[in-house]
Amino acid sequence: MSRIEGVLKALKGQGRKALIPYITAGDPHPDVTVDLMHTLVKAGADIIELGVPFSDPMADGPVIQLACERALVHGTSLRQVIAMVKEFRKSDDQTPVVLMGYLNPMEAMGYERFADAAKDAGVDGILTVDLPPEEADEVAPLFTQRDLDAIFLLSPTTTDDRIRAISEHSSGYVYYVSIKGVTGSASINVDEVAAKVGHIHELTALPVGVGFGIRDAETAAAVGRVSDGVIVGSVLVDTIARNQADTDQLKRALTDLLHPMREALDSLAS
Amino acid sequence: MSVKLTEEMLSALPDARGHFGAFGGRFVSETLMDSLMTLEKEYARLKKDPEFQARFDKELADYVGRPTPLYFAERLTRETGGAQIWLKREDLCHTGAHKVNNTIGQALLASFLGKKRIIAETGAGQHGVATATVCARLGLECHVFMGAEDVQRQSLNVFRMKLLGATVHSVQGGTKTLKDAMNDAMRDWVANVDDTFYIIGTVAGPHPYPLLVRDFQSVIGRETRRQALEKTGKLPDALVACVGGGSNAIGMFYPFLADESVELYGVEAGGLGIETGKHAAPLCAGRPGVLHGNRTYLMEDENGQIAGTHSVSAGLDYPGVGPEHSWLKDIGRAHYVSVTDDEAMEGFRKLTRVEGIMPALETAHAVAYAIKLAATMDKDQTVVINVSGRGDKDINTVAKLEGIEI
Repeated sequence: MSRIEGVLKALKGQGRKALIPYITAGDPHPDVTVDLMHTLVKAGADIIELGVPFSDPMADGPVIQLACERALVHGTSLRQVIAMVKEFRKSDDQTPVVLMGYLNPMEAMGYERFADAAKDAGVDGILTVDLPPEEADEVAPLFTQRDLDAIFLLSPTTTDDRIRAISEHSSGYVYYVSIKGVTGSASINVDEVAAKVGHIHELTALPVGVGFGIRDAETAAAVGRVSDGVIVGSVLVDTIARNQADTDQLKRALTDLLHPMREALDSLAS
Repeated sequence: MSVKLTEEMLSALPDARGHFGAFGGRFVSETLMDSLMTLEKEYARLKKDPEFQARFDKELADYVGRPTPLYFAERLTRETGGAQIWLKREDLCHTGAHKVNNTIGQALLASFLGKKRIIAETGAGQHGVATATVCARLGLECHVFMGAEDVQRQSLNVFRMKLLGATVHSVQGGTKTLKDAMNDAMRDWVANVDDTFYIIGTVAGPHPYPLLVRDFQSVIGRETRRQALEKTGKLPDALVACVGGGSNAIGMFYPFLADESVELYGVEAGGLGIETGKHAAPLCAGRPGVLHGNRTYLMEDENGQIAGTHSVSAGLDYPGVGPEHSWLKDIGRAHYVSVTDDEAMEGFRKLTRVEGIMPALETAHAVAYAIKLAATMDKDQTVVINVSGRGDKDINTVAKLEGIEI
């Protein structure tokens, strides 16, 4: 059983929902990323999605694009991101880490070399935003051979046939993009999300994480009620942007943001 | 290495997943997949629909002004002293460039699909103007995304788009140029995918865009083929076209791909020189990667981050290129070369002075290379330059380079 599967199974056994924060590696500086990952875990994260910065993040809004730019100013490369995970693993061998990013940095590194390095560092899953399963023939087997979970996106526009096909290619969990839009844009319609996620649950046995549009304890709880986990991104990245000058203050701000979400999610269990 | 392409091989490309060999494909986030698959299906239907094709042909004839002439550049030929140089006059199209062949095709497609809101990206503004023009013609809402730096550099075209009723969105992200405009157009499309049609301006992007843009632009090569046979009694020996994203080049090359005797030359922007790194020549000096929905040659750093580009011509200032060109390069069917900013300026002046035809700075790259090429060829051979656009839009840039205030 993969680390992701284990964590999600354990949570399910307890009737709890996964809290999955996203930050961009190297933002605001490569030196603080590992520290911030530990902060996220202390604040209640079950799984961490670690963004690999890319110069042209087409599926992201301005908040995450700026995070990529801040990380790239310091030359944060995919190799360095993998090294950060390796460093994180020295003191945390429990919390799964999913690398989330765009295909080109992986292609530039070489897929096999990337898969080897990711596995060696203790990465658990790979989510490539611009890689639909149709194009993943070459890449996905390299991940599965190494027990790296390949996580794919589902969206409000995904048809039933595709939900089935995508789920077959996925392991760990599927990531439901709750809105038609880029990260950090519109607010979500919880009723619509509930209906679609309920439907996805009928078509696949995999856990469903929901992301895009979750910004506080209230939306986290509302989405947690209908899914297996919530993914929180832009609001954290925006917090990093506003507190980038002072790392201690930044860690407090991230904790203050995640704590109420954790509590709200756990209150669903009782 | 070069392979002989047959009509049968060509009709099988791109394959069902939009691949040209190792290139092309559909690398987008999930939200766009359904729209792209619908577009692919609907286009396959309309491609065979006589009503759609008749409407497209009528627009090309009566609105765009086709066929455009194939003109013998007699003085330029004499001065060059080699092969006969002929010009395919896409600069005479309505709006002054080949771009409108594609925008009219895609806007008709949008109308047939019932989409009322159009978005487009633009670099120099030519595709933006061509899109705004056909939206005015068909009564469609038009939004054009343009990098903030290009908005500054091409203020005349920004004003033209506004006069035509389009909303111009100045893009502040990244390098504030064409690639960033394309990023923002994609973002808008994801958010408005139900009612919006994205008119991509070149043969790049996710499948089926490289296919449908090629199909709409292929009228250039089909006319050239027919006109060359009528006027010279044979096929041309060489075709020369500039390549940014590569839509005018593919439009010219495609109908000749199975004609082995016809040499194809795509001319990229060499900028300050390939060796300086300040250029926009991914086919000459890049490597394969994935950007904007397709796998193709790209300019990138060793970590896979997209590199900044430089060219005197805003229309060639793009780090990628259409996937079909990447394939034609790898199989050896077409030659991809580059000329520098200075050489292009020389080509611009030459065609202006010798033939009274002022080419766009993009086109000037093809002119510069074709002159060099023709000089090495025999007098009974023919070279056709695709004059993809006229140069009026560039006079501010040319004046600035020459230190003249206008």
